[in-house]
Amino acid sequence: MAPVARYAHGSRVPGWDRAADLEKDPAGVPDPALVEVPPELRSEIEAAMALYPDPHSAALPALAAAQRRYGWCSPEAIEQVACVMALTPAYLTSVATFYDMFELEPVGRHSVYVCTNISCSLRGADALYAALEEAAADDPNINLRSFECLGACDIAPMVSVDHAYYGPLELADARRLLDDLAAGRDPIPELALARRRSAEADADGGDA
Amino acid sequence: MSRPLILLRDIDEPGLATLEVYERRGGYQALRKALAMEPDAIVAQIDASGLRGRGGAGFPAGRKSSFLPKGDMDKYLVCNADESEPGTFKDRELMQKCPHMLIEGILIAARGAGITRAFIYIRGEYEAQARILDAALAQATAAGYIGERILGSDFACSIVLHRGAGAYICGEETGLLDSLEGKRGNPRLKPPFPAIQGLYQGPTLINNVETLMTMPHIIAVGGEEYAKLGVANSAGTKVVSVSGHVRRPGNYEIELGTPSREIIFELAGGPPDGRRVKLWFPGGSSSPVLTEADLDIPYDFDSLAKAGTMLGSGAIIVVDDSTPVLDVALKLAKFYRHESCGKCTPCREGTNWTVRMLERIDAGEATPMDLDIMASVQDHIIGNCLCVLGDAMAMPISSMIVKFRGEFEAHLQSRQLAGATA
Repeated sequence: MAPVARYAHGSRVPGWDRAADLEKDPAGVPDPALVEVPPELRSEIEAAMALYPDPHSAALPALAAAQRRYGWCSPEAIEQVACVMALTPAYLTSVATFYDMFELEPVGRHSVYVCTNISCSLRGADALYAALEEAAADDPNINLRSFECLGACDIAPMVSVDHAYYGPLELADARRLLDDLAAGRDPIPELALARRRSAEADADGGDA
Repeated sequence: MSRPLILLRDIDEPGLATLEVYERRGGYQALRKALAMEPDAIVAQIDASGLRGRGGAGFPAGRKSSFLPKGDMDKYLVCNADESEPGTFKDRELMQKCPHMLIEGILIAARGAGITRAFIYIRGEYEAQARILDAALAQATAAGYIGERILGSDFACSIVLHRGAGAYICGEETGLLDSLEGKRGNPRLKPPFPAIQGLYQGPTLINNVETLMTMPHIIAVGGEEYAKLGVANSAGTKVVSVSGHVRRPGNYEIELGTPSREIIFELAGGPPDGRRVKLWFPGGSSSPVLTEADLDIPYDFDSLAKAGTMLGSGAIIVVDDSTPVLDVALKLAKFYRHESCGKCTPCREGTNWTVRMLERIDAGEATPMDLDIMASVQDHIIGNCLCVLGDAMAMPISSMIVKFRGEFEAHLQSRQLAGATA
């Protein structure tokens, strides 16, 4: 079992003992005159806000749009979203930290999520994750993460590469997947979920 | 033996995701029929069908709809497409291959409950499915199925697709509502129930994808006809996701009441050669586990409840005798620890301590008393939180401690011995 990371005074929370500046006011809603928001991002967020009776509902789509543009939810990205939505950066940060798909630090541009939940791990997902970890080494282009159930246990063990599903993978597919990504090809195309038939279609022949 | 197929009948028809093919297969005829009916008559048909919610709780769909107050206030329909229960992947396949059936179901349910604004909350990981639904929504809008004066009637309804961002708790209905309002997905105290005060404080009907997708068929054939399928108290068919140690994992549509053995062995092919079923989850990872001795239980709501477990989301996870029960328990406990929103203490702390005690057992550092402590932690979680996420860990873990206590103890002893000789 890996030791739990410890910070000051044995705490598990980094930076908890950093003194807060009590003189400073908390950041308010950013001033539109001071924050420059790229027009495409602004219009994407405003379009999302128009879909709901309460525009605050667009927080998730707006953060997702900013993350698509900047690669992660950087403080600047959050400030821009806050500016368009007239919310405080603190509020949006609290939302962004709740959801697994928002990145709070810079990451590689290709996301590779490996499902390591129960059904996939029964079929070798932990070994697959280890193989991918080894193959990716410290490739700065790859954002490799083990993920909770991705809802594709029929193709276990599976991965979600740039949000498209592939499986079932053999250990040897780990290297090939990363090579395909590095070469800018469609990764492991024959394992794409989009091409797969329903299990039901074959069961009918099987039990009739 | 042939099975009645409703949801998966045409599932691999090329182009079923397009409006053209869906209409050719009789799509949107049920909506036309529903628009000619009084809203109360639609709800009455769904009530008569005996359809129970397919998302996990199994609440009668017709009754849920009738809880919404009458009147002209803003009412909302939310389709729960946040399918995140480990082992469940039915909604993914249904939305990907037959999105128009979901749209038709939403429109019928909205018409029945007098709702004019609908939302589909789809989990963020389902990007391909979200794109397909977006395209289907655009097609249906262009064809006049969504919008004002649908098909020339006085019925108007909008549907907005909303993507989540990766949080299991947002499949819990009130957590989902908070998330849809742009907040952290923390569950709310109930009552008030969403039917009275839900999205934006308005009356809200929340249904699972599969529940909604069944409604066009019910309207087409009539509630009483649909109720002939299945067994008492569990009407109709159910798409079951079978995964884990089986030869043909996948989605199968079964008539409720089918023996579980038939699903696991005949449809999904059973465990690999030379392996036996050690334990299985009948309704997703949150359901108490069953063993090989329980394989003949009919797969329906009441029979599984009588066996001390639940049908849940209809996800069967099979674990064969090659996997130690401790590995299964630890995997689950870690998942629920990760996904606990942290609002209620029993769940936030209970999931964490369960993981730590399981790790102690695995490290050979535990005492036999730890199993009792662990069991009592589970008892203190169940029923003590705003939502059932904590219960969802406590129930299967408790059942494993009861049914596999000997194996836990043997595991601990072997690790202690290994530690002593090392």
